Amino acid sequence: MIKESGLQIEDASFREKVDAGDYFIKVVKKGQTFRILDIEGNQAADTLFYNANDPAERYSAVDTIREQGNVYLTAGTKLLSNENNIMLEITADTCGRHDTLGGACATESNTVRYALEKKCMHACRDSWMLAVAENEEYGLSKRDITHNINFFMNVPVTKDGGLTFEDGISDSGKYVEMKAFMDTIVLISNCPQLNNPCNGYNPTPVEVIVWD
Amino acid sequence: MTTASLIKEPGTVLYEDLLAAGCHWSLRMRKGSVLKIIDEQGGANVGMLFYNPDNLLERYNAPDTLKCQHTFKLTKGNCLYSDMGRIFCSIIEDSVGWHETVCGNTTRQIIKDKWGEKTYQDHHNDWNQNGYSSFLVELAKYGLGKKDMAANLNLFSAVGVNDEGDLQYLENNSKAGDSIELRFEMDTLVVMHTCPHPMSTADEYPRKPVRYQIIQGAAVEGDDYCMNFRPENGRGFKNNEIFHLSGGCSHD
Repeated sequence: MIKESGLQIEDASFREKVDAGDYFIKVVKKGQTFRILDIEGNQAADTLFYNANDPAERYSAVDTIREQGNVYLTAGTKLLSNENNIMLEITADTCGRHDTLGGACATESNTVRYALEKKCMHACRDSWMLAVAENEEYGLSKRDITHNINFFMNVPVTKDGGLTFEDGISDSGKYVEMKAFMDTIVLISNCPQLNNPCNGYNPTPVEVIVWD
Repeated sequence: MTTASLIKEPGTVLYEDLLAAGCHWSLRMRKGSVLKIIDEQGGANVGMLFYNPDNLLERYNAPDTLKCQHTFKLTKGNCLYSDMGRIFCSIIEDSVGWHETVCGNTTRQIIKDKWGEKTYQDHHNDWNQNGYSSFLVELAKYGLGKKDMAANLNLFSAVGVNDEGDLQYLENNSKAGDSIELRFEMDTLVVMHTCPHPMSTADEYPRKPVRYQIIQGAAVEGDDYCMNFRPENGRGFKNNEIFHLSGGCSHD
């Protein structure tokens, strides 16, 4: 569902550009709203959320899709934790559909999907591994790297049970916005994948914008 | 006695057991062995997770399993992948046709909302056990906790999706006597429960036991159905082969 935001950029309290292949980690406080902006279009932002006060509570793809009865995420979706609490709600979305089935790319899954020789190409999970290693204060480790959201990514499920990876439906300037219902660690890998259409074979920057 | 004489003929049932409804259990499956699970009454659900017993950080990964094989449903031919690009097990036989891995577990609250609370105090082992607590109990036996509880399989249960993405729980997906056979491609810790599917529409808490058998597997040949089911699976098998070459399995 397309829903535009009423928030103005000049009122934001925080802005940061995240290049493709980099990670972003920050606590968004309860009541704050944050936006991920697809600057150039067709860019997947692989995202995980944790309760900042108890990171064992984290975004749960399976609980989120089961409870809303739908596999796609868009405006109105309540992003649930593994404790079935609302972590965030998508309050605006100019893209219309986001994926939470496809997971993140990893060097190891790249060997299976594309070729064993591609094992050293940069991948989202490597960005997350670096993020948890460089930011020990969050207390995260590989155990915490779980089933994520792919904002701006288009992974349609077919009636007969197929899963397809399609060209992104996002475009330059599209965004998705969420309001935090708890203090939330936001961990994003701006996807470096070069082997499939999720980034249009050309990974580009996104911007994270926060409003108090 | 030579080692070879200890290995039974492929297909030999080495062990058989009944897992009652609303229960949980875990076991280590050896590479080359087959776990056959049989729906005794029809309408069973088996929640399942896999871990590498030698490195518990390697675990079943539902997104990789689905996207590597471009599938939303799981059936014969599909391989079940770890997060490290390896195959825990292959679905070598399946009379059901569709098993799902995206709907998670019942929780205490879901059970209470659907069918009411039945505590151990009042009902002993006929209580309304839930899948989430069941996994926590089994995982804790190996030093694992809720952080380690990945998106699980729900064997025997199917959930379809329409064009809009709406989930549709399919009633009566599995009949009495239906079964699935998992052939393990590496040593694997299997954690499972027989609690109801979280989208079950049954009027009463479904009490559905399953039978499971541990069977001597046959050698995997180059024309193996699962290995050739998708080009990705061939590469997954190659990753397993490299893993075992480099000492991934100490007794192999």
